[in-house]
Amino acid sequence: MTTQVFVPMDTTAVALGADDVARAIRKEAEERGIAVEIIRNGSRGAFWLEPLVEVQTDGQDHTLRQAYGPVTEDDVARLFDAGFPAQCDDPAALGKISDIQWLARQQRLTFARAGITDPLSIDDYRSLGGFVGLQKALDLPAQEIVDAIKASGLRGRGGAAFPTGIKWQTVLDTPAEQKFVVCNADEGDSGTFADRLLMEADPFQLLEGMTIAGLATGATQGFIYLRSEYPVAKRVLERAIELAEQAGWLGDNIQGSDQSFSVELRIGAGAYICGEETSLLDSLEGKRGLVRYKPPLPAIKGLLGQPTVINNVLSFAAATTVLEKGADFYRDFGTGRSRGTLTVQLAGNIKRGGLVELAFGHTLRELVEDIGGGTASGRPLRAIQTGGPLGTYLPESQWDVALDYEALAEIGGMVGHGGVVVFDDTVDMARQARFAMEFCAVESCGKCTPCRVGSVRGVEVIDRIIANDQREANLSLLDELCETMIEGSLCAMGGLTPLPVRSALEHFPDDFRP
Amino acid sequence: MSSAAMTLEEVIEKVVGEHAGKVGALMPVLHGVQHLMGHIPADAIPIIARLIGLSRAEVHGVMHFYHDFRAEPAGDHVVQICRAEACQAMGGQALESHARRALGVDFGETTPDGRFTLEAVYCLGNCACTPSIRIDDDIHARVTPSRFDGLLSKLAENAE
Repeated sequence: MTTQVFVPMDTTAVALGADDVARAIRKEAEERGIAVEIIRNGSRGAFWLEPLVEVQTDGQDHTLRQAYGPVTEDDVARLFDAGFPAQCDDPAALGKISDIQWLARQQRLTFARAGITDPLSIDDYRSLGGFVGLQKALDLPAQEIVDAIKASGLRGRGGAAFPTGIKWQTVLDTPAEQKFVVCNADEGDSGTFADRLLMEADPFQLLEGMTIAGLATGATQGFIYLRSEYPVAKRVLERAIELAEQAGWLGDNIQGSDQSFSVELRIGAGAYICGEETSLLDSLEGKRGLVRYKPPLPAIKGLLGQPTVINNVLSFAAATTVLEKGADFYRDFGTGRSRGTLTVQLAGNIKRGGLVELAFGHTLRELVEDIGGGTASGRPLRAIQTGGPLGTYLPESQWDVALDYEALAEIGGMVGHGGVVVFDDTVDMARQARFAMEFCAVESCGKCTPCRVGSVRGVEVIDRIIANDQREANLSLLDELCETMIEGSLCAMGGLTPLPVRSALEHFPDDFRP
Repeated sequence: MSSAAMTLEEVIEKVVGEHAGKVGALMPVLHGVQHLMGHIPADAIPIIARLIGLSRAEVHGVMHFYHDFRAEPAGDHVVQICRAEACQAMGGQALESHARRALGVDFGETTPDGRFTLEAVYCLGNCACTPSIRIDDDIHARVTPSRFDGLLSKLAENAE
């Protein structure tokens, strides 16, 4: 058996040159007559170390792999000179993969497999616990699957945090000829990439979770609505669906049972609003992605008017852990009403950015300073935005709050999809507030007036405040406008855009002066 | 038969045929037509409408709702600059200005030589290593203005 060298094929790793690194390793190995097998694995989400190259020798456990990173194309010849792929001393050498503290201190459930293997190997997936949850679900009555999800305390990981089990129960209880499972993979929030990482590194987990949802509710057809900005995830998912069908994990009579479930991949077309679930359903129906009135809930009248489970990628993924390891196991992570693990994505101006999966309850300061290492620029931290572009900007006085749904809500913030975007002291918060309104104007679906018109007026009013034009009058106008958007918008787009605006104004008022 | 040799009607018939009977076939059909033709010409709208059984207004409305669908051909390369917060935190706005200056066009425009179309995008999911840009299907991380220039001149070299 030859030495295996792992070079991630993940979007971020490739954006940092992983393809060139893989090519260079192949070339050097050939020239030096060293036998290596290059495997393009997913990423572990330690993006600050990408491209992260790992070496596993014959028969070795994967936790003992030697890690090197970040490795550039130009480092490869030097590494080979030092003895690579045998364990060697080099500035890029990180020691054993399991010794990297940034990874070791995490509590990975959903992302336990990410980055270890070739994402498109079903054998690898199964050797690391894959399909165990689905296999169990195949032997359970639908109600028992729903009960397990309820007992786990899982809440929707897309942002709205609605209890997943209750949603599934509603679909199970609503009689219909055809029910659907829809995966919201339209991960549009800036500062988030957890869905992408999971789909690229561990795509079978998503397919497994969706199938469990199908078994739990009586739905036989699933759709993944993936944003078009994720070409790598598209390629991986297309192939994963084919492979799962061939291996009998999707399609008719799954693993010889009388249960059937199919998944079709659909690609969005660059509309942020389609991450809103009802807008996504309209888009899936081939329409403009306009937000629907609720009620009726999608669980009762969703895709084509039929009962529909619509969940985020990470919610489906968490369902596999609940089924595999039990509701109590999952529930034992977390705090209060925030159970299980939160996948925080450290982004923006951050030294050690990437995906951090931990039980709920850690503070923002721990995450950004201890794990993230502060800013990438080395300048002082100034503002942190959590929960995506519709989330609050938090000043330092609020960084000791725990990252759980309730604690953040108490200070007017939100967990959302787990994005944490860090800014140093060069940030101009008036410009950030203006951008929040501008983004809303660009991405509003246009159905309701407070969002469609309010956002355009919001940009104008903020411009006048910055220019010191009738400052007091315009500040109170902005406040009223925000109130109208919050109270009068149909969905979170218009309803939450005032959060970043108001928080910037409240905590960083000096930035709004000329 | 390559799509270049096909009439517009034939291209659309082929694409519609691939998606017939699907839930909400219009979105995959629009993607398919744009994939083969590079854009969705105005003449395509009545044909798509007739073949799928929708009104022209419905097809037009859907096409123009989504940022991805283009009514005009793009340049040889589509350069997308991420304008969202995680990129702003690492100098994204300076990169935006630089890209506009370097290409001499604004967002949504194509250079007069037809080589580049510049577009704004809101998040490429590469938020831990920003600023991010996408050139065609390749995403690039930590793009400084000088790295931007380097990527563009590499494309120019490859074209020669």
